[in-house]
Order: sequence, then structure tokens, then C-alpha cells
Amino acid sequence: MGFSDSRQNGVVVVRAEGQLIVGNRHELKELVARRLAAGDRRFVIDFTNTGYIDSSGLGALVTMSKQAREQGGEVRIAGLNDDLRALFELTKLDTLFTISDTADQALAAF
Amino acid sequence: MASLRLCVRRAPVEDPEGPATAVTLRLPSDVDCIEEAVALLTYHCTAGVGGAGRLRFRLQVVLAEAIANAILRGNCECAEKWVDVRAVLAVSEIRVHVTDQGPGFDPLRIPDPDCDDRVGASNGRGLFLMRHLADAVAFNPEGNSVCITLRRT
Repeated sequence: MGFSDSRQNGVVVVRAEGQLIVGNRHELKELVARRLAAGDRRFVIDFTNTGYIDSSGLGALVTMSKQAREQGGEVRIAGLNDDLRALFELTKLDTLFTISDTADQALAAF
Repeated sequence: MASLRLCVRRAPVEDPEGPATAVTLRLPSDVDCIEEAVALLTYHCTAGVGGAGRLRFRLQVVLAEAIANAILRGNCECAEKWVDVRAVLAVSEIRVHVTDQGPGFDPLRIPDPDCDDRVGASNGRGLFLMRHLADAVAFNPEGNSVCITLRRT
């Protein structure tokens, strides 16, 4: 469980290693907030290695997206498994985020 | 993650459908225990069940939501309070009871996050997810124990 980040072509790619839940959502929010404060504006959160996300995790993504947009940036989502993609559709968060199958596709489209 | 030893207990029980198994777990009011608790419970509830991918995902999310609610809103993260989980593995369904030691709440007062003006809200999706991913969700009259039913097929 944790998050790692790298910068590729001006886009910050954050890889989630495990679940995004109430116990670690602040870690992800703080990582993105630090990058925003450092001047980064474009983010891809890669959930390739994530099995499930709880409502707190979804809420954290919404918060990060708002913070990025307020500063002229954007948070995009990649690597959702079929169940997670259905979860985004169920909560209508697929209307708030641009979702790509892979982080590479998200980077290419940014 | 907290280095706590969570202990799952299994015992045979009688169920209206016939012999069943009860899986129980008691955990402290610490959100850092949730991921481990969910992993343990999901393993014991779905072990040996072929093609359980979708059931496993639903179970993981509803367990995470119910336990988080119990810890955060029920017990208010009080270190002296516990959360008890009891899952009955019946032939056709899994029934999970999650009980906290808080005063309870009225689930009818939770707004529906599916409303268009709440889609962008940062919170308030927990009960919504439980109701949509489970086949049934019922609270006791006090509001401090929830029973979540997931059919196996």
C-alpha cells in the first residue's frame, strides 16, 4: 500500500500500489498538493495495481481534481479494472474525470 | 498499516438454508486496520468459491465502507471501543453484520449522492455504495449495526 510518483513530459504520474481507502487517502492528497505547490498542473493517477477504492478514496480524488482545476490543472485516471470502472460509472465520477485504459494512453492524450 | 494481529474465527452454525459457517473478527477503532481486516474477511468468505471475482470486489467495498463507518462515525475512533464483524456463509448468500459501540444513526438522513448537484461532492458516497453493491442492507433500530447481504450468484 502506497504511492509513487514520477514526472513524464510535464505530467505527474502517480502510481497507486494497492487500495485507495480511508486509511491512506491523505497520503495521496498530500502528494498531489505538494506537486501542485511546486508548480505541476497535470496529473495521471494510475490504478493498475489497485483492487478496490472506497468512498473516502473516491472523495479524495474529487477533492484533488477540484484543487487542480482551481489552479488551471487537471487530474486524470488510468488503469481501472472492470469493477472499478463500473464503480466510477455508478457514482457518475466518469463524468468528472477523463479515464484511460493505461497510464501510457493517458500521457499520450494529455 | 498497524502491526496488530487480527484474528478470524470460524465456526459451524445452523442457518435456515442448512449448515453454514460463521466467520467472526473483532478489530480496534483504527482506520489503519481496515485494509487488513477486509483482506482477511474476504479471503475467509470467498475461499474455494469459483468465479468469485465480482463477489469478491463487492464484498471488499461494502466491508471497507461498513467498517470505516463503524470506526469513524460509530466509535468516533475511540481507542477503547471495538468493531465486531460476523459473516454467515450460507448456501446461497453471505450475510455480514458490522456492529460498533456508538450511539447509532438514522440512515434515512443521509443525502443521496446520485443527485446531480452532489456528484462532485467530496464525501457522502459510503451508504450509496453499500446499497448499490449489496443485495440488501438493513440497520438495527439503534443504528449501530448493519446487516449486508450479498447473494452468491
